[in-house]
Amino acid sequence: MEAEARAASGEFPTDEVLVARLRDGDEAAFVLLVDTWSGGMGRLARSFVATNESAAEVVQDTWLAVIRGIDSFEGRASLKTWIYRILVNTAKRRGVREGRTIPMSSLLPTDEDYGPTVDPARFLEAGHRWAGHWREFPAVWPSPESAALSDEVHTQVADAVAELPDRQRIVITLRDVEGYTSEEVREILDISAANQRVLLHRARAHVRARLETYFAMVDTERVGGEAVP
Amino acid sequence: MSDLDCNEFVELVTAFLDGALDAETERRFVDHLAFCDGCDTYLDQIRQTTKMVGSPSPEALPEASRQALLDAFRDWKR
Repeated sequence: MEAEARAASGEFPTDEVLVARLRDGDEAAFVLLVDTWSGGMGRLARSFVATNESAAEVVQDTWLAVIRGIDSFEGRASLKTWIYRILVNTAKRRGVREGRTIPMSSLLPTDEDYGPTVDPARFLEAGHRWAGHWREFPAVWPSPESAALSDEVHTQVADAVAELPDRQRIVITLRDVEGYTSEEVREILDISAANQRVLLHRARAHVRARLETYFAMVDTERVGGEAVP
Repeated sequence: MSDLDCNEFVELVTAFLDGALDAETERRFVDHLAFCDGCDTYLDQIRQTTKMVGSPSPEALPEASRQALLDAFRDWKR
């Protein structure tokens, strides 16, 4: 009950407190963690396995492993990072069983992750006085408040993230959805900060480009009054 | 004036936002930002993109799974 009361007041218990309570069999502490972290865990698991049902089972199996393993948690990483590592290992094993193999090497950037993330045609060509500068500035988007509320914007973002290669989707999910730092992602996925940044950079640029296309279309519809093919 | 071109600037935004640029490159990045409205817009759009990616609809654990976990937790402590 105390853990719930604290969560309600906006104060999340420290790792030390949480671990002690879990070891004592405090159900409220367990429920608090399950309710707070399962959503993010499910989204991450979904990157490794074939279906939403599989992802839910990975989350379930991870919590069972947490229950069994909490006594051996040493506190070298944060509790959440430790749980996410268990999740990634569980999800990978299951992904392999389902034939959706994501070996460790596929989390590393490949040649196609390098090179320009913005269409080179957007910049003035070599020889021009302003070579390398914007041909036309990117159009300013509608205010974040109104845009963020739109379901259609959410759909655009979700589609853009879904079509990313696994390695990019996993990294942008951890960094921008779950809010992990580059250091934490390095610990969870065991890839260098530089490598995960290459993947994150490309993933964000891809989603931005999708939004740019979308906002341009909406703008043309509003200003021109004509449907756009 | 700035010695960084826009097509170089756009490839540095993620490292900049992570605070991972070396001091010299960061200075060139900020100098360019101050002088180029297009890149100011681009950086802002990457920030907005990051925020929009970060607000997905929540997916709750199915009630049956939640209950099964709570049962497992109880059993384990017996």
